[in-house]
Amino acid sequence: MASSSDRAILSQFQLENGNLLGGPVEIPLTVNIRQLNSVANGLVQAQEKLANDSNEPIPYSFYIDEIEIKESLEKYFQDQTNKQMFEKTLNIICVPKARFQVIPVERCTATIEGHLEAITILQFSPNGKLLASGSGDTTVRFWDLNTQTPFDEYGKAHRHWILCLSWAPNGKIVASSCKQGLIGLWVGATGKQHGTKLLSGHRQWINSLSWQPLHLDGSCRLLASGSKDTTIKIWDTHLFKTVFTLCGHTASVTCIKWGGQNLLYSASQDRTIKVWRTTDGILCRTLEGHAHWVNTLALSTDYVLRTGFYDPSKERATDDYDNLDEITVQTLALERYEKVYKLFDTTGGERLVSGSDDFTLYLWKPETDKKPLARMTGHQQLINDVKFSPDTRILASASFDKSIKLWSSRTGTFLTTLRGHVQAVYQIAWSADSRLLVSGSADSTLKVWNIEKRCLLFDLPGHADEIYAVDYSPDGQKVASGGKDKVLKLWRR
Amino acid sequence: MPQNEHIELHRKRHGRRFDHYEKQKKKEGRLPHILSKKAQTLRGIKAKLYNKRRQNEKIQMKKTIKSHEEKETKQREEVPEGAVPAYLLDREKQNRAKVLSNTIKQKRKEKAGKWDVPIPKVKAVSESEVFRVVQSGKRRKKAWKRLVTKPCFVGEGFTRKPPKFERFIRPMALRFTKAHVTHPELKATFQLPIIGVKKNPSSPLYTSLGVITKGTVLEVNVSELGMVTQGGKVVWGKYAQVTNHPENDGCINAVLLV
Repeated sequence: MASSSDRAILSQFQLENGNLLGGPVEIPLTVNIRQLNSVANGLVQAQEKLANDSNEPIPYSFYIDEIEIKESLEKYFQDQTNKQMFEKTLNIICVPKARFQVIPVERCTATIEGHLEAITILQFSPNGKLLASGSGDTTVRFWDLNTQTPFDEYGKAHRHWILCLSWAPNGKIVASSCKQGLIGLWVGATGKQHGTKLLSGHRQWINSLSWQPLHLDGSCRLLASGSKDTTIKIWDTHLFKTVFTLCGHTASVTCIKWGGQNLLYSASQDRTIKVWRTTDGILCRTLEGHAHWVNTLALSTDYVLRTGFYDPSKERATDDYDNLDEITVQTLALERYEKVYKLFDTTGGERLVSGSDDFTLYLWKPETDKKPLARMTGHQQLINDVKFSPDTRILASASFDKSIKLWSSRTGTFLTTLRGHVQAVYQIAWSADSRLLVSGSADSTLKVWNIEKRCLLFDLPGHADEIYAVDYSPDGQKVASGGKDKVLKLWRR
Repeated sequence: MPQNEHIELHRKRHGRRFDHYEKQKKKEGRLPHILSKKAQTLRGIKAKLYNKRRQNEKIQMKKTIKSHEEKETKQREEVPEGAVPAYLLDREKQNRAKVLSNTIKQKRKEKAGKWDVPIPKVKAVSESEVFRVVQSGKRRKKAWKRLVTKPCFVGEGFTRKPPKFERFIRPMALRFTKAHVTHPELKATFQLPIIGVKKNPSSPLYTSLGVITKGTVLEVNVSELGMVTQGGKVVWGKYAQVTNHPENDGCINAVLLV
């Protein structure tokens, strides 16, 4: 490689979904990432013929055969032993990264007391302006993030531990479920109860709640709940009635997800994942493969479904968002959803990943296929939480074996292990730009991980006991955490 | 036809006497008076048996009344403590203690050399009790050697000195490496390796020798208990106080100092 400075290589730029960017071009080996970036941006603009509305270049990362080019092409070839590359055209896949960057949280700005028992769950609203938390003292509390104090009004109607919380994707209503199997609805902005009664019907506690995606219904009417009593119920929250009761599982339903194609995915302790059509409540297919309880599910479109029409990359006035009518909201959400849905191939497809007590993860394409795309092994303890990154390219799984593992969500190949916790990792949350991951563990610390460098960025001690719930605000400003020590902590830059 | 059947037949034909129910009610009303009279007048074994039966009846009655009352007033159920998130509900309860005490506190106490211990006062153990004089020399007239007669903890890398210099002999049979340590909040006992003897309240000499008597503060290895500090580090060593007489029992029981 003595004369590598003047050597060039024929390469073909390509997008992730297989679209070619122009023809093959001759590029020198010494080219670095910055130069590659400007080439790719030029090619994209030339192809699309439309000027980017902001005209700002998009940062790309480049992959050859699933391996990232870190510094320059030359460095890449030095690391790789396969020298056959020079014989043929080099396929360089360009993966766009988020144009904005979330600044990592590094300190605790507020320790707010309010709950009288362990905080079991908390969630930010879709636009990140509000925060709701559920606790063992049977209340659902809402928090003012500007003054960092609890709201005066809070949900008191439950009679047992709150297990589950879910913001409607339009950000107006919060659903909560308790261990007695009742569902409460609350107005997010004020903390008052929505309606007068609780939705009752389940005979045992509810493990998971999921709203109908916003792009299917602008008014956020339907809610699904999966319970320990093996049934799934779909509720009409306007009429306070059950629409469907989906029976079929033979053990506790641990997790449900309402997909963007109006399908409902449910994981159960009977080792199966079932796919239901929500329009008529018919079972479409059963995904089998796990050898033990299925604990958790994640959809590649989870993030976009959760945030609905709110786009973290675009700065907008808040009242602007509040005053949109249902149809605009629906179209905005649909637009965002389509973009993510058609990311990997032009026809589109949602991916589902399931984590189980048998220490493995399975990657599925549940709309069409009964067979798994990939089986991901490597964890040494049960998997408690799994999340797709917001750009859907990376999967993170948290396990009781104290580690977090990262996987490629296209193929399910193993990327890396993040070690650092000294006890079971309970929950993980991604930042909006997919560059940071925050994890909460039984060892009473939060840890912030840098995904690009695959290393620990910050260690955030402060809690006095196990951390049960962690959430990253969709606007990337804050992280909230709560646990057994009854206090809620807010973390900021 | 027996007599009672005549009566039954008559009742079937003509019904009961008109005042039957009234009489029955009155009889029932009088019953407590009769019973109390009986209870007062009975003597001897009969009274004993009767009162026993009566007491049981009363207990039964009170129980039924209480259960009826409970049924009528709908009570608000108490919310149990120890809430856990949904993903831990079906898991085996690993009841772990809170982060016990932070290290700063422990260090401060260490400096002061005082601990709030479960057994604050113990009977002092005299030297004559702990040591036995070992005669040495050709005529057996030298008596500077001592044999420790209480259980000891001897560190791992310890080698005995040559006999000429060995003043204190700690017999192998009395050396202990493990203690049964009870966690006061969990109410569970673990067998943990001993790291060292922190303080024997009777004498600093015993502390340096590692003599373990009742009230001795040991340092034990708690890493398998999985306790963590607030900073998320695993706690390795913690103090425990011996609660039994190891020399009598042949084992060391201790309670963890929180």
